[in-house]
Amino acid sequence: MTTKLFGEPVQRREDARLITGRGRYLDDLGAGAPAAAFVRSPHAHARILDIDVSAALDVDGLVAIYTWEDLPGALAEPLPLLIPHPALTHGRTACPLAREIVRHVGEPVVMVVARDRYLAEDACSLIRVDYEILTPVVGVEEAARAVHLVHGDVPGNVGAHLVQEVPSADGRSAREAVETAPHTLAFRLDVERSASMPLEGRGVYARWDDDDRSLRVYSSTQSSTSVRMAIAAKLGLPLPKVEVIAPDVGGGFGVKIVHPWPEEVLIPWAARLLGGEVKWTEDRREHFVSSAHERGQVQYVRVGFDDDGRVLGLDVNILHDHGAYTPYGIIVPIITSTQLLGPYKIGAYRVEFSSIYTNTVQVTPYRGAGRPQGVFCMERTMDKIAAHLGLDRTEVRAANFIQSDEFPYDQGLIFQDGRPLIYDSGNYPEALRMLKELIGWDSFPELKAAAAAEGRTIGIGLGCYVEGTGVGPYEGGHVQITSDGRVHVSTGLTSQGQGHETVFAQIAATELGVPIEKVSVVTGDTRRFGYAVGTFASRAAVMSGNAIALACRKVREKALRIAADALEADPRDLEITDGVVHVAGAPSASIPLATVAVLSNPLRYAFDEEAQRATQFSGASSMDRPPIEEGQEPGLEGKDYYSPIRSTFACGMHAAIVRTDPLTAEIEILRYAVVHDCGRLINPMIVEGQIHGGVAQGVGGALYEKMAYDEHGQLLNASFMDFLMPYATEVPRIETAHLETPSPLNPLGIKGAGEAGVIPVSAVIASAIEDAEGIPIDRMPISPSDLHTLRLTR
Amino acid sequence: MKPSPFDYHAPADLDEALDVLARVGPDGGKVLAGGQSLIPLLNMRLAAPAHLVDINRLTELATVEAGPGGVRVGALARHATVERSTPAAAVQPLLGQALRLVAHPVIRNRGTVVGSLVHADPSAELPAVLALLGGSVRLAHRGGEREVAAAEFFTGPMESAAAPGELAVSAFFPARPPRSGTAFCEVARRHGDYAMAGVAAAVTLDEDFRIAAARVACVSVGPIPVVVDVADACGGRPEASADWAAAAAAVRDRIEPEADIHATADYRRHLTGVLAVRALRGAAVEAAGEEGT
Repeated sequence: MTTKLFGEPVQRREDARLITGRGRYLDDLGAGAPAAAFVRSPHAHARILDIDVSAALDVDGLVAIYTWEDLPGALAEPLPLLIPHPALTHGRTACPLAREIVRHVGEPVVMVVARDRYLAEDACSLIRVDYEILTPVVGVEEAARAVHLVHGDVPGNVGAHLVQEVPSADGRSAREAVETAPHTLAFRLDVERSASMPLEGRGVYARWDDDDRSLRVYSSTQSSTSVRMAIAAKLGLPLPKVEVIAPDVGGGFGVKIVHPWPEEVLIPWAARLLGGEVKWTEDRREHFVSSAHERGQVQYVRVGFDDDGRVLGLDVNILHDHGAYTPYGIIVPIITSTQLLGPYKIGAYRVEFSSIYTNTVQVTPYRGAGRPQGVFCMERTMDKIAAHLGLDRTEVRAANFIQSDEFPYDQGLIFQDGRPLIYDSGNYPEALRMLKELIGWDSFPELKAAAAAEGRTIGIGLGCYVEGTGVGPYEGGHVQITSDGRVHVSTGLTSQGQGHETVFAQIAATELGVPIEKVSVVTGDTRRFGYAVGTFASRAAVMSGNAIALACRKVREKALRIAADALEADPRDLEITDGVVHVAGAPSASIPLATVAVLSNPLRYAFDEEAQRATQFSGASSMDRPPIEEGQEPGLEGKDYYSPIRSTFACGMHAAIVRTDPLTAEIEILRYAVVHDCGRLINPMIVEGQIHGGVAQGVGGALYEKMAYDEHGQLLNASFMDFLMPYATEVPRIETAHLETPSPLNPLGIKGAGEAGVIPVSAVIASAIEDAEGIPIDRMPISPSDLHTLRLTR
Repeated sequence: MKPSPFDYHAPADLDEALDVLARVGPDGGKVLAGGQSLIPLLNMRLAAPAHLVDINRLTELATVEAGPGGVRVGALARHATVERSTPAAAVQPLLGQALRLVAHPVIRNRGTVVGSLVHADPSAELPAVLALLGGSVRLAHRGGEREVAAAEFFTGPMESAAAPGELAVSAFFPARPPRSGTAFCEVARRHGDYAMAGVAAAVTLDEDFRIAAARVACVSVGPIPVVVDVADACGGRPEASADWAAAAAAVRDRIEPEADIHATADYRRHLTGVLAVRALRGAAVEAAGEEGT
């Protein structure tokens, strides 16, 4: 590595484009394309009796109207269940357009295509759907009572039921360990729903080329390769005739990893049928009621511990509300129940979850993906143990930490990738020490007393987590150096603003020894890279970053071999600096990578002056071997894949100081501190940006965001007026310190960072409010009105 | 989120606007000024007027006139203009105090004071200000106009006395009397949101600095701004010894808050009392300072 860019706070190369309006998002494409709009169910649970489109037929500019009856073959079948699991005995997915029964408000019933979106919505408003109202099932505990069913063939509304149990070292079960512990506590916790809520909603633009018999689809997705396969399968098209491109994507946060969305198969289908182009751009109301939510869980906890606060047994029963369908399987409750353990070694652990149907929007991963709930459970437990024993909350955590010399540490569970939950590395005691120093934990009691003397109420709280990142199965990278000296990097996974154009270029520039300005990065375009999994689970840097590094190493090796031939030197004596290969210690013996690229591709035809060097009469090639040797390929390019044995585990610890108003019950975050360990940092500025964004979303989940469903299954706050995402004015300044414990699992020693910031925030804020108020905080989010009510019950 | 079809009218002056409104008002014509509430309602198809009468070309209504008696604000005066008007602040400081709490700067750059009054949202600040001060709204129609007092203007949630075919051309906010102070206190979920509770207060002192008049107007606790006279409850004493708790109790007794997804009725009632004390104290302190200068 001669050009050190890895680890530097390189400014994001994509920002100039994105913040000056030059981004090309889904709705910026296909200007003038016919637009689709959907008639969606106004009822949470109903049977469709009749659909009358006659009044809509007169709308000027109407192109087509489709209902489920119009869908051919595989398109009429339920959408894929993406991640099957043996415990998901009753998985159910929806058809692209509702067939007979609708199971949540917002489910698509009719698709209209018209000259523009205005006309399409006019036509939608004229379509009459007769419904027979069925009893809606709302609220996970109500659903678990199973008085009414969401799916007639799913008894008890239970989609999945899973128990994982890790006995203690002496073979005792968790329940036995709880029963016999010196101290036991039992309590119930409750986490509300929230949602990814990207600034840009979903959207699909499809273009059928009748001459080429091919389909190009742009989708605001986190997985273009898999969307491509789904479209080919659903439409019966040969895979090479389908290309899918994720353009600039205005945030995903998990909701866009679900695929194919109904619209992702319906819009391409309509485009093909109509022989042209069709576009659909999701509006905000649609996003609230027709995409996905997350978080909602009720947890019943029993814990047994000793006098030092060491947990001897932990028994957790989770009711997970997965909404009306399970397209993404049970990944969320699996992550909750496994990542719940955090940085701790628990004597014996039993976790049971039931994943329950309700007549609400489906639940799929949102940044954090089940971890915020698990961390809320574990950290509330730690605080309750400390309160019970009268110990400092950090002491109880320290008493339970896995120690630095205990890695790899096997938690004895099966993680979301189907592989054992084995932590690769970490340094939890050091992270806690850094956090206490950063927030001033030990001197807080004086601060609190001083505030109290002035009539102000403040409290401090903390939360710790471990996050499995970089899940497999694989990602790939392709690197090509062209004869103009430019480096073209591509990887199949997509970008939603994370800064991939910057960090992947940093990796390539570092590995190849070229200026970063020479490197361009393309992501999420199946024309450039066909094999990929997607961008989720804090995996892009770990997976594609390592794949690109490995691909670069192949290219570098090839470049050195060709350059060694040309320079009549030993490849082992060569270095690459600023895009020039030279003999170490003899800079005059050199050859630019551009020229190496020319030489790498033996030519018959000289398409330009430089190319003459590679033609047959130039004397460049040896006469005693073929121009392309066996096992070699023309061109200075390489491709490689990275497929890890299992996930790598990052960690973080957050602390906050909050002020609560004694009269109005307003809650203000005065300070927020983060210690974060994601292994080696590729770009500390980008990691901090990820943390800031995550904490902002975490503040939303802790203090503001909820999905206010009424008993009829109507979402009462399906707009940004009433679904309260924090503004910049609600997000505190975030103080950050980094710890770098490399991962032994991958060549770059890195771990994921994308979800980190959001994970512990609800736990941290609950801890701090509890400290300020002296009232147990067992339900999040908490509003001033909620705190006022809690005070009255004190 | 695209509006239903409507006919768009863009009259060039007031006469033409009143002509158009006379024609289309009875057919459900809506006036578009700043559009900060109307446009979202149209896009969500919660309102589907057959006609939209855009008055943004009526620049003769973009006025803020401050006189000894009060401030008259024209129908096209933006929140930001009134908020930054020094003459208006000198005559009636409550306008600026309230406008700083209205949403966000970009919304205040476009939204209008008169538009907010006609929209008559009981959660909004400006209807409470007009009600507290006993101001009025001037409604014009083809061939005439009338001045409607605040007490008659707000008739229900999102309902005002403006009749179809009428255009609210201005609003009048009476001047602050001598030895008087005002304040506006509110608590919103987020910076700039509609308040869960909010109280505008006006206090006038007598020559001995005792509270002679004290009134509050409360937002988000009834179908229209709730005005409560608390002079008696305050007990005719100076700021430092006034019975604020009694005043708060009087306010809590008069309001009828309802629960919604952001706050319980009980919390709104409690909060309104807390804010009433804060606003009354602030107003009384300002009144005392006003006397001193």
